[in-house]
Parts: sequence; structure tokens; C-alpha cells
Amino acid sequence: MTVDPSLAELSDTLFSIAVAVYSVAVVAFSAQLAFGRRPARQLVAAGAGARTDADAPAAPSRTDRWGLAGLAVTVLGAAVHAGVLVTRGMAADRLPWGNMYEFATAVVLVGVVVYLVLAVRVPAVRDIGAFVLAPVVVSLVAIGLFLYTETGPLVAALRSSWLAVHVTSAILGFGIFFVSGIASVLYLLRSRQEARGAAADGSFLARLPGAVTLDRVAHRTAVFGFPIWTFAIIAGAIWAESAWGRFWGWDPKETWSFIAWVVYAGYLHARTTAGWRGRPAAWVNVVGLAVMVFNLLYVNMVSTGLHSYGGLD
Amino acid sequence: MSTVAPPRPAAAPPPPARPSLGSRVLGLWLRWWRRLTAMRTAIILLFLLALAAIPGSLLPQRSLNQNAVRQYFADNPTLAPVLDRLYAFDVFGSPWFAAVYLLLFVSLIGCVVPRLGEHLRALRAAPPPAPRRLLRLPDSAELATPLPGPAALDVVEEELRVRRFRVVRRETGAGPELSAEKGFWKETGNLLFHLSLVALLLGLAGGKLWGYEGSILVTEGQGFCNSFQQYDTYSAGPLVEGADLTPLCVDLVDFRAEYEENLTAASYTADIRYGAPDEEGEPATIGVNDPLRLDGDRVYVTGHGYSPRFTVTLPDGTAFTDVSAPFLPADQATLGSEGALKLPDLGAGVEDQLAIAGFLAPTGLTQGGVLTSIDPRPLNPQVAILAYEGYLGLDSGLPQSVYSIDQTQIERGRLTEVARDTLSVGEAMTLPDGTSITFTGVDQFAALQFSHDPGQVWVLAAAIALLAGLLALLLLRRERVFARVGPAPGGGGSVLTVGSLTRGGGESATSFAELTGRLRTALDERSPTPSAPPSGGAAPEPEDPPRDR
Ligand code: HEM
Repeated sequence: MTVDPSLAELSDTLFSIAVAVYSVAVVAFSAQLAFGRRPARQLVAAGAGARTDADAPAAPSRTDRWGLAGLAVTVLGAAVHAGVLVTRGMAADRLPWGNMYEFATAVVLVGVVVYLVLAVRVPAVRDIGAFVLAPVVVSLVAIGLFLYTETGPLVAALRSSWLAVHVTSAILGFGIFFVSGIASVLYLLRSRQEARGAAADGSFLARLPGAVTLDRVAHRTAVFGFPIWTFAIIAGAIWAESAWGRFWGWDPKETWSFIAWVVYAGYLHARTTAGWRGRPAAWVNVVGLAVMVFNLLYVNMVSTGLHSYGGLD
Repeated sequence: MSTVAPPRPAAAPPPPARPSLGSRVLGLWLRWWRRLTAMRTAIILLFLLALAAIPGSLLPQRSLNQNAVRQYFADNPTLAPVLDRLYAFDVFGSPWFAAVYLLLFVSLIGCVVPRLGEHLRALRAAPPPAPRRLLRLPDSAELATPLPGPAALDVVEEELRVRRFRVVRRETGAGPELSAEKGFWKETGNLLFHLSLVALLLGLAGGKLWGYEGSILVTEGQGFCNSFQQYDTYSAGPLVEGADLTPLCVDLVDFRAEYEENLTAASYTADIRYGAPDEEGEPATIGVNDPLRLDGDRVYVTGHGYSPRFTVTLPDGTAFTDVSAPFLPADQATLGSEGALKLPDLGAGVEDQLAIAGFLAPTGLTQGGVLTSIDPRPLNPQVAILAYEGYLGLDSGLPQSVYSIDQTQIERGRLTEVARDTLSVGEAMTLPDGTSITFTGVDQFAALQFSHDPGQVWVLAAAIALLAGLLALLLLRRERVFARVGPAPGGGGSVLTVGSLTRGGGESATSFAELTGRLRTALDERSPTPSAPPSGGAAPEPEDPPRDR
């Protein structure tokens, strides 16, 4: 298993290109927010609980050019981004998620793809492009700066087909939660603005989808991500049973995966419990994402455990 | 539970007489029980559980790394004992962690069991009567049709049965009405998910009570048998008796480690023979990700390293050949290892014991007098060792690590360094008293682990059930549709009111719109002519109006 240096280099070049393309998408989406047509006045229903689907099919005229341009550029960026992983996998002749750099790069890609799928299915979601792509660019820059690892072979413990099962599902779950968390943050901003009523109407927040839609997007993505995350943990436990001699041992990464699982379970419960619905539940979702990020960064970089495959030393 | 629980039936009105003490206690208990089994409590307990797990990952834990805990005590001599009293180094076995999860499970059981009964009853019972005001439901519509009431309801009933709803029709004061329901799998999934959590906990507990684990370093050509006396370290559940251990012995025949060009470890494999103590034994090969699995027991290779081998020749010519001890890898990448070899029984008496401690480099490089290892393979083994003479303190009653020399013996002056040197294979050093120590080579050792966990199959089964329940719970939806007909206000035909209530699973408005669209078409098809007078022929009755099965 030797590394093909030219492919490895191509992968690194594509990484920079992906960051550049996504940055263009951020510019386009920001222009959409700045110059885009104001959405049809949204009625903020006086009575709480009533449906305020101002952004449902009601406003088709909002497909303004900047937003579409942003989407098109994002698709291009995602293709380049996928190329980063494909070329890295080919360079090392293995699945391209054997260390933190590759793992995090793949998570961000999943986030972008989830956003694109949502944007196609729920047109109102297109308007949050800037708020998805800006964190994407920031994350990728941070990944490139702090997590970068040379292309190399896998250590013995990772040479198992469980790598494909466990890590792939962890990446999918994390990427989905990434978008869900962003939707909840936007929901928190937007619902406060809606509660204040017309006064704050001029801000960019007024151009976001309605709070109801954002909340629903956050919930549905979390509902989708949660079983995948559950599966990732179960697959990890099955792998741990053959790799480390026990299926669960409260290793730091196991502990934090468990904490994240419990927090997301809490979110799904809170969404349907009187007194927790709405903003408190959204906060729980944001905490969930924070736990996921902490699990990736702190647990790989600071603590030592069996999961130290980060390749950062 | 992930859905809004229907309001519980109100408690029976209190009896007019002054309640007896018994019933007051019962009332108090019931109130607490309700509070504990409420969803809000469950959510709070979930968060407490997440919070409670945090110190377990931030502070060193005895179950993971005893040395780290010892180091923590050394670094924080005042804080550590306080934390220790709070079980901060055994978080996952602590009473307060257990209290949180046990409360959570009680709350969960209290929440699930009544719902289980309710669900079983609902499986057999007819869908509930339609609410009075259908137009108040989240999705509702009114459809006018020239058909008479019962015929219009027939259309709705057929449409719903095609969609696999269970349908009942009732005559009420407000006119004929219909209730339909589908999606019991959602609630089934919900109950399965939550009960699996309980099963999972029981499986874990069983494994902890009856399971055990032992580790040992075995040099090529040697072996071990499954008994607590033999293991270097072991842990066992409270219900494990030493006599219960599976009678099994394992010999390490050969060990191989392979490396990539950049010295990443590519694989470890151990050829072993295993069998009952008095048997010849079966051959097997185990490796990373590939343990030996026997009925309920597993044997793993968890690491490897080298044992330096020495020949010690006393001044009188007595030679001890091939004395060796495993040195523990201090650096996994190059397998630079540290360890000690203790020789208490050279025959000369307690004050003339000998020990060698130091560093082993599988492929050594000496620079500026310092030996380092540059390759994990034994290409050019070298040792940098210190020789000590004196009293080792092995029989002092205090436990000692076998991998290092007891520093307190050196501090007390009972053990003194007599020589130090760096040796390649074949080289010897001579101590002041004439004893010579020859480094004769290295042997590979493997770290083997024996595990017995009778709970783990149950945990796996529970985890699979949990996932299946979760999928059903999150992805399916439960729908109720109600319909009622009344005469059209202008006379002539009737007005059909349809309402629906959906729990879970995304968008309900679109599917409801689709249902009413289909109803509209079907109603129009049945009507003789859309504008015909309603007194006209009633739509054909279905031969035997299907009732709830
Ligand atoms: C109960 C057992 C396990 C749990 C709960 C678990 C959990 C996780 C989680 C949450 C991640 C996501 C990474 C992150 O957020 O940083 C992850 C990644 C990963 N896991 Fe596991 N895991 C388990 C067992 C294993 C085993 C046995 C192996 C391999 C021997 C393994 C190898 C990996 C690798 C290579 C990654 C991605 C790379 C990285 O983050 O460094 N995991 N695991």
C-alpha cells in the first residue's frame, strides 16, 4: 500500500479550490440577502400556535437570481469537495476517512449535500444558504489549517470493514446534525425577531424563512440524523468488541458520543413536550451540535483514549 | 416518549369522607409517581445523565487508566482525595451516576407500561368517536355533494380502506359520522424502543455481574491458563467465583508484526494453541480485529513488545542463562520500551540481589550518549541499562510493579546502582564485583486478554431492537381521519366535513390535500350528474358495508 503522491497533491489542491468556490457561494447568498426582493409581507399571527406558513408555496416569486447563482456555485463546490475525498482515497488506496482531517472534511461535505437536498425539496430553505455556507467555509479553513494530515496508510486497528460501516454512519449523522443545528440557531434568531413584530422588519432576518419552517427543518433533519447516529454508536460498539476487547468501556470518545446521543434524544423529546417546545428545544439542539464538535476536537486533540487515530501527533 | 401523551383520565373525585391515612399516603405517592413519570422529568433526567457523564471523560478513570489516576493524585494531592470521595475517578460505577440512570429508567418504565396496556387495548378497540368540531382539527375541509349523507360517507370509507385505515361508522345526534385510524406501528415502535432501553440496561448489568476480564503478557513459546492467579491484571464481577472460570489454556506459538514502509503497523498476528488444561490444544491464529471466539469467551491480542534476554554469570562461574522480562512500549511508533528485570535468587542472600532496569530499543541509535529507537522492528536491538545490587524489597509485603524498580528501596539506600552501559546483542558488561551481564537477544511478547461477558449477546439484541423501534417510531406516522355529513344548508345534497389529526412524520397538509382531492373526484363520479337534484337515486350501497373487523 504505497501512496500516490501526485493524487495526494491533487486532493490538497482540490481542497483549496473547494474553499474558494464555497466562498463565492457565500458572496452570492449574501448578495441575495442584501439585494434580494423582500419576501411578501409575512403575517405574524397574533395568536401563538397558529400556523404562520408565510413561506409555504405562497411566495414563489422569491427565486431571485442571486439565490439561484449561490445554489449553482454550491453544487459546483460540493463536486470539487467530493473530489478531495475521492482523490485522497485513490491516493492511499483506502476509504478516505481514516483520520480527523478526512473525517471532518467528509462531515462538512455531508452538511453541504444535506443543505442542497433540503433546498430542492423545501424552496424556503434556499434563503438560509449564507448561514450554511459561511460555517462551511470557516470549518474547512480551520480543518485545513489545524487538522491537516498527510495522506498515509491506515494503522492496523482500522483495517476492518467496520471502518466503512461505523465511520461512514458517524459522518452522515454528524453532517445532518450540522445542518439541523444551524437551522435551530436561525430559528432562535428568527423567532425572537418575529416576536418583536414589525419593528425589526428591515433586518436580514426578515428575509429568512419563517420560524415555523426553520423549526420544522431543524426537527426533521434531527429526526433523520438520530437513527443514523444511533446506528453509528452501535456499529462502533460492535467494532470495539472485536478491536478493543469490550463493546463499551467509557473511553472518552464513547462517553461523548453517549452524551451527544442523550442530548439529541432530549431534543426529540423536548420538541413534543409542553413547556419545552419551541425555543428551549431549539437550544437543546444547539447544545447537541456543540457536543458533537467538542467530541471531534477536544476528544481527539486533548484527551488520550483508544480513539486517538486523529493522526495529529 | 416522543409524542404528546393524551391527557390522563382525571383522577376519581375524592371520597366525601375524610381520607384515611392510608389513602393519603397513597395519594401522596401517586402524586410523586405522576411527577416522576412525566415527560418533563424524563427530559431533565436525560440531561442530568449527560451532565453526570462529563466528569467521567474529563478526569482520569480507574477503569480506564490506573496510572493516570495515580498521576492525578501526585499532581493534586489536596484536591484528589476530595474528588475521590465523590467517586470522581469511578464515575460510571458511582452511586450518584447509578441513581440518575435508575431514576431515569423508573420514570421510563412508569411512562411506558401504562402506554403498553393502552396500546394493546387500542389495537383491539374501535377508533374513537369524531370530535364535535371537525373544522378545528389541524387539517380539515368541507365538501358539498349532491349525494345523500350515507352514500357520501360510503365514498369516504372506501377511500380510507384503500389506504389501509381501520374504519368505523356511528350514528350520532349530529348525523352519521365516521372515524378511521392507521399507524399502530408507530406506537409499537415507540414502545419497542423504550423497552429495548430497559433490556439493554439489564444486559449490561448481567455482563457486569457475571463477566470478567484478565490480561497477561506472554512471550513466544510460553502460555497461560485462565485463572486469576495467572493474570497480570484482572477485573471480575461480584458474582464471579474463581472456580467458575472456563478451564482454558493458551500457548503463544508465534507472533508476527508487519509494518508499512513508513513504519505504520499493518497487522499483528499471533499463532496460538488453545484447549482445556490437559489437552494437546487446537491451533488458531488471532490478530487485531480478529479475536478467538469460544462459547461465551474471547481471547484477544491487545498489543505486543519485546523482552530483552540476558545471561548473568556470577564471579564463581555460576551462569543464569536466558533470564528475561517484558519491557513495556513507551512509544508505540518505535516500540522504544522500558522495564526492569529482578533477580532476587542468585543464591547469595537477601542483600545480594540484582536488578537491571532501563530502556530497550528494537532498532537502536545512540547519539550523544543517549539511546533512542528508530524502528519498531528488531533490526538492531540495544539496551541502555542500569544494574543495581542490594535488597529489592520483594518480600516486604508491599505490592511492587514488575515493570520498574521500587524507587523507595533506592532512596533508602537498600539498593545501589553499581554500573550502567549500553549494550548491543552479544555484548556484556561487568559489575564491580565481577558479575557479568550479557545481552543475548530479544523475544517477542504479546499482550493477551481473556474476556467473558455473558450479557453481551443480550445487549446486542436489545440494541438491534432499539434501532428497529426507533426507525418505526420516527419514520412512521399515526393518522386519524374523521368525517361527518349533514344536510346542505340550501337543501339538496349534503355537506361532508372531513378532519384529520396526524402524529409524527413531517408534512400532513399535503397528504390531507391529496386525500380530499381524491374524495372530491370520487364524490363527483358517484353523483348521477354533478348538478342533479339530490332526491335522485342514491349511490349504490356497498353490498355489505364493511365494519371494523
Ligand atoms: C463503543 C464504541 C465506539 C463508539 C461509541 C464510537 C464513536 C465514534 C464517534 C462518535 C465518532 C465520530 C468522530 C468524532 O466525532 O470525532 C467516531 C469516529 C471514528 N471511530 Fe469510533 N466509536 C467506537 C468504536 C470504534 C472502534 C472500535 C474503532 C476502530 C478500531 C473506531 C474508529 C473510529 C474512527 C477511525 C473514526 C473516525 C476518525 C476520527 O475521528 O479520528 N471507533 N467513533
